[in-house]
Amino acid sequence: MKKYTYTEKKDTRSGFGAGLLEAGKQNENVVALCADLTGSLKMDAFQKEFPDRFFQVGIAEANMIGIAAGLTIGGKIPFTGTFANFSTGRVYDQIRQSVAYSDKNVKICASHAGLTLGEDGATHQILEDIGLMKMLPGMTVINPCDYNQTKAATIAIAKHEGPVYLRFGRPSVPVFTDADQKFEIGKAWMVNEGKDVSIFATGHLVWKAIEAGEKLAEIGIDAEIINIHTIKPLDAQAILQSVAKTGCVVSAEEHNRLGGLGDSIAQVLAQNLPTPQEYVAVNDSFGESGTPDQLMEKYGLSTEAIIAAVQKVLARKTAK
Amino acid sequence: MATDTLRLTQIASQVRRDILRMVHACQSGHPGGSLGCADFLVALYFDTLKHHTNFSMDGKNEDLFFLSNGHISPVFYSVLARSGYFDVKELATFRKLNTRLQGHPTTHEHLPGVRVASGSLGQGLSVAIGAALTKKLNKDASLVYCLHGDGELQEGQIWEAAMYAPYHKVDNLIATIDVNGQQIDGSTEQVLSLGNLRAKWEAFGWEVLSMDGNNMADVQRGLAEAKSKTGKGKPVLILMKTEMGNGVDFMMYSHKWHGIAPSDEQLAAALGQLEETLGDY
Repeated sequence: MKKYTYTEKKDTRSGFGAGLLEAGKQNENVVALCADLTGSLKMDAFQKEFPDRFFQVGIAEANMIGIAAGLTIGGKIPFTGTFANFSTGRVYDQIRQSVAYSDKNVKICASHAGLTLGEDGATHQILEDIGLMKMLPGMTVINPCDYNQTKAATIAIAKHEGPVYLRFGRPSVPVFTDADQKFEIGKAWMVNEGKDVSIFATGHLVWKAIEAGEKLAEIGIDAEIINIHTIKPLDAQAILQSVAKTGCVVSAEEHNRLGGLGDSIAQVLAQNLPTPQEYVAVNDSFGESGTPDQLMEKYGLSTEAIIAAVQKVLARKTAK
Repeated sequence: MATDTLRLTQIASQVRRDILRMVHACQSGHPGGSLGCADFLVALYFDTLKHHTNFSMDGKNEDLFFLSNGHISPVFYSVLARSGYFDVKELATFRKLNTRLQGHPTTHEHLPGVRVASGSLGQGLSVAIGAALTKKLNKDASLVYCLHGDGELQEGQIWEAAMYAPYHKVDNLIATIDVNGQQIDGSTEQVLSLGNLRAKWEAFGWEVLSMDGNNMADVQRGLAEAKSKTGKGKPVLILMKTEMGNGVDFMMYSHKWHGIAPSDEQLAAALGQLEETLGDY
């Protein structure tokens, strides 16, 4: 197992904030909108540096999405910022008609995704956003794993023509990817090469997959771990290549098991290479209040849950 | 009647014929609101807008128009074609398979003249505000226009946008409301009263004007007045009184013709009331 270490923990939303500032410096057409959550989204640095290019829209997310769509007409590259729930479910029709169907170059940037938002509870913890966004034709869906990757992804999507959903989170998590990484949309990242099982993880679950991989190595299981930061377009080639070698799959995501990364992988496999697969995901339920760690434990998104899923799927592979 | 007013009235007569023939040919679509807004869109595209029919999505240094109540696509398509964005013959493809003239306007099929999809109501004012903000950032002095139905004002997003534009001094924007008082289930009074629209928009901070949308001279006057009010720190709103179905006697004074197509006999009767001024497509 390749060794991964970290010296600090940081929130992925701060990676977004840093990336947005950098994208703004690189291209004067980058503009940003926020629905009364500037501090939470870490957009204050951009606001301070580029006050004329920052639009505070108030608690009016539908209007924010529409304004963003309009801003693209004339060449601006708008980044909208609010919590994941208010970035997707609340404004689905606005994104569908004014952004996706209208082919507008809007970057929908969503913080506080999933259970790790914590104490605010299920009204704010959306677990369906990946599914909602990936179903929209033409929408790119990205869920990076740490501060550095989120920053790199933010800079990369400014250079990508077309609507993007960028999902990140609230808690501080290990920073283990390179600070100067090149982020390639749609290209899976090989975290660890292995031969017994393929673990495909996205977002906060990538670090947990690494922790699981280390523990599995101790008991002689050689896990291949791949970071699927781009859920759409999915890197089907990387998935099939890995599965052809390992013969079984665990998908891991901070999302409902219905409609997320796991389902995207299952679809690729069903059509090309039917393979035993186990899901590490929320089992079709809403979240609740609690600390991020408590919630990840209770809803089956822990390192131990990944290990258990690996053991289960290995047994299925052997029985096959 | 002034020469240009007469010319515009003649174009509007042809546009009304186009609307009826398009809706009749596919036996679907929305003739009522389209007929009511024919004079406004003709005045806008043939008199008011500074625009290029050699279409570019970005529309830099030209006036832009957004149709928020996308169901009146027949009048929009006719006016775009008649002003030169695409061949009028294409009007015959309205709502038919593989057409660029979708039931509601879209950009997906790359129809020249359309800059955003509309149909799901209430979204166009926000989009128009965004386009107006980009014009300001680009130091582009041209204007942004948009049109909305009065029933559409029942959508909440409209009022989010209504609150935003005055506060942020989006004064390069002229929004027009088609006040025909009708919606699918009946009159707006019966379905969900809009109350005092002037007082509401003024309270939100808009410069509010009014005009008779079925009197060409008054539409010209109203649009000119609206233009004169831009650049003064406030967005401009025109309350435009129209009659749904205007121009065809049996289609007026009711919500009945909001979304149904005329029969062969009804088409013939309606066309008999409208002069063919530019030649049917």
